Amino acid sequence: MNKKPSRLSYFTSGIVVENPVLILMIGLCPTLATTVSARDGFGMGLAASFVLIASNVVVSLVRRFVPNSIRIPIFIIIISTFVTIIDYVLQAYQPSLYKVLGVFVPLIVVNCIILGRAEAFAYHHGVWDSFLDGLGKALGFTLALGVMGIIRELLSAGTVFGFAVTPAGFRESPVLFMIFAPGAFLLIGILKSIVNRLTAKKEEKA
Amino acid sequence: MNLNAGQILLGAFLVNNILLMRFIGLCPFFGVSNAVGTATGMSGAVIFVMLLATWVTWVLFHVVLVPLGLVFLRTAVFILVIAALVQFVEMFLRKNMRALYSALGIYLPLITTNCAILGVTFLNIDYGFNLLNATIFSVGTGLGFTLVIVLFAAIRERLADAPISRSFKGYPIAFVAASLVSLAFLGFAGLFGIAF
Repeated sequence: MNKKPSRLSYFTSGIVVENPVLILMIGLCPTLATTVSARDGFGMGLAASFVLIASNVVVSLVRRFVPNSIRIPIFIIIISTFVTIIDYVLQAYQPSLYKVLGVFVPLIVVNCIILGRAEAFAYHHGVWDSFLDGLGKALGFTLALGVMGIIRELLSAGTVFGFAVTPAGFRESPVLFMIFAPGAFLLIGILKSIVNRLTAKKEEKA
Repeated sequence: MNLNAGQILLGAFLVNNILLMRFIGLCPFFGVSNAVGTATGMSGAVIFVMLLATWVTWVLFHVVLVPLGLVFLRTAVFILVIAALVQFVEMFLRKNMRALYSALGIYLPLITTNCAILGVTFLNIDYGFNLLNATIFSVGTGLGFTLVIVLFAAIRERLADAPISRSFKGYPIAFVAASLVSLAFLGFAGLFGIAF
């Protein structure tokens, strides 16, 4: 039983089994606020992914020089450095996306997933393992946001990534409700209940 | 933006409620809204720190960062200032105001990573508020946070006894309830011509 978890499992666990959004229920603010469309959801997911992977790698690189008592402020400085980088990169190269994401770009700095992985994983593991862990969690986060974005865009506008996929009749009178805040709450509630049902079935089998 | 004080207050309190419309600060919203008592305690701590953080970061941004051309350090400076501020407030309360500390104490450490506080300080800068308007905005936001979290805690206390299908127990039904409360708040949209 005490087998060391394989490298690959660091990567894969974040995608499904420990999906930050749908299983662990952390990082909810960007999940609900920025998933109005598929592009916004994936954009936010990728921005947070960059910060998560980069901060995991850097925290792991400096872990031997960071005294235990002041590790949290140092993690925060590392994370906010990368947040500032992505803030300015988006502002320069993706101004329309930046405008939609708004205050949620600088707020990546308080995303519990990122500080949580720095503290729980990267501070105790090597660079390569930390990179895989960050990549897996980032992928899980991006996928969850992307799926939310796709569903909400599909229902509220009849499009996916801006391409029309539903009949014209639906696009003329779509489910506008989904674009607003209540739609976001309802969708994640339903998704979470599906996840609960699936995990309960798995436990029954085991 | 030309808004008077009342519009800013009501806008932050109801129309653009920080939890239900802006989706900022959801972790404590779902974390501590299990009972009315804890919800009230958390809200008190949030209002208190939010006001202090608004003053400190506003002054720092306009008096130090802008003149020195260091605006790009905003994110790093704000989060560190808030973390330090929370520590000081905790130490001060523990030493000098025991009654308040015993009421708010356990919620203070959680506030450092509460995006509501950091979000409000960023919004104050982004909206270009002066210090008075920033104060009004953060008071309105704090009150809005309190209203929703206490209201919602009462709903969840009732939900705990309700017959709910197994897959929906816990978080999912809380989200559905939040959806309905948020739908009600959507009714405030455009109230007094406030849209920002």
